[in-house]
Amino acid sequence: MTETTPAALPAVGGLMKGKRGLVMGVANDRSIAWGIAQALHAAGAELAFTYQGAAFGKRVLPMVQELGSSLIEEADVEDEASLDRLFARLQREWGRLDFVVHAIAFSDKEELKGRYVDTTRANFKRSLDISCFSFTDIARRSLPLMSAGGSLITLTYEGATRVMPSYNVMGIAKAALEASVRYLAADLGPQGVRVNALSAGPMRTLAGSVIGGARYVYRLSREAAPLRRNVELVDVGGAALYLLSDLSAGVTGTVHFVDSGYHAIGMPRQDAYKDSTGGE
Amino acid sequence: MSDIAQRVKKIVVEHLGVEAAQVKEDAKFIDDLGADSLDTVELVMAFEEEFSIEIPDDAAEKIQTVGDAINFIKSKG
Repeated sequence: MTETTPAALPAVGGLMKGKRGLVMGVANDRSIAWGIAQALHAAGAELAFTYQGAAFGKRVLPMVQELGSSLIEEADVEDEASLDRLFARLQREWGRLDFVVHAIAFSDKEELKGRYVDTTRANFKRSLDISCFSFTDIARRSLPLMSAGGSLITLTYEGATRVMPSYNVMGIAKAALEASVRYLAADLGPQGVRVNALSAGPMRTLAGSVIGGARYVYRLSREAAPLRRNVELVDVGGAALYLLSDLSAGVTGTVHFVDSGYHAIGMPRQDAYKDSTGGE
Repeated sequence: MSDIAQRVKKIVVEHLGVEAAQVKEDAKFIDDLGADSLDTVELVMAFEEEFSIEIPDDAAEKIQTVGDAINFIKSKG
């Protein structure tokens, strides 16, 4: 099997110089949000971060200090008061915001296996609240800081439009999230604020590890995708840089795939199945 | 000491920031080495990558000591 390899991030110099943005959802050094933050930092952006709870704080604080960021705040998207504090601080210390990276989702892991039809009302509501509504909430709160325009991105997955094993309620939440990207793009466009989603292929993240059968999804995606590899943080970082910078000044309301082309495949080749079920 | 044991211990030392001398085979990740539940998930992912193996969730739950990890990885070799 031929394997391709990801390219290093090209020289992006001062692409984001003078731009300030908020990155929500770094959990550890495998996080997609971390890959995006590193690309933004390489391009000269100034970054603020949020984390949720002490266990993540312990991991995230040393990482963001390495990027020279001092604006870091504990925030829980279910807790209005914590978001009030976060945005009051952004207003006070920066007075404006150029971009937001929203990389937050939740479902009870017991419901990321088995059948979607067995989803409970409580987990459905909480998953949609944290994984979808929070993006709309953050967009609304960001607007007063974006009088000079801005760019917001969120993370989604192909499980929003097609059924993926065990993705279950998260697929429904991502479908709602992708729809909200379009409605937000329409609402905020007149103010020069762009809203897009980045749809990454499966990655070996903490969040991804709780989805039932994640290893099979990871393998089959790799074998079936046109590029014959899984995507890595640098791939997502580069695409996010495009969506968050003026390179994509005419782009809003889209779902941009960074999945080695898997979304284009209707039916994987026979040898892709063979290669993906044999283990390693 | 086997090569697998050395590589496992190196990962544990680096990930948990503990002294090599503490990483004995009967040391429990959570009780003895100060790991939290996220650390245990991260360690399993690190072992999977280092040894190019898969550690299913039910097996991962049984890996509680350094020795458990070494033995599981040896059983895959």
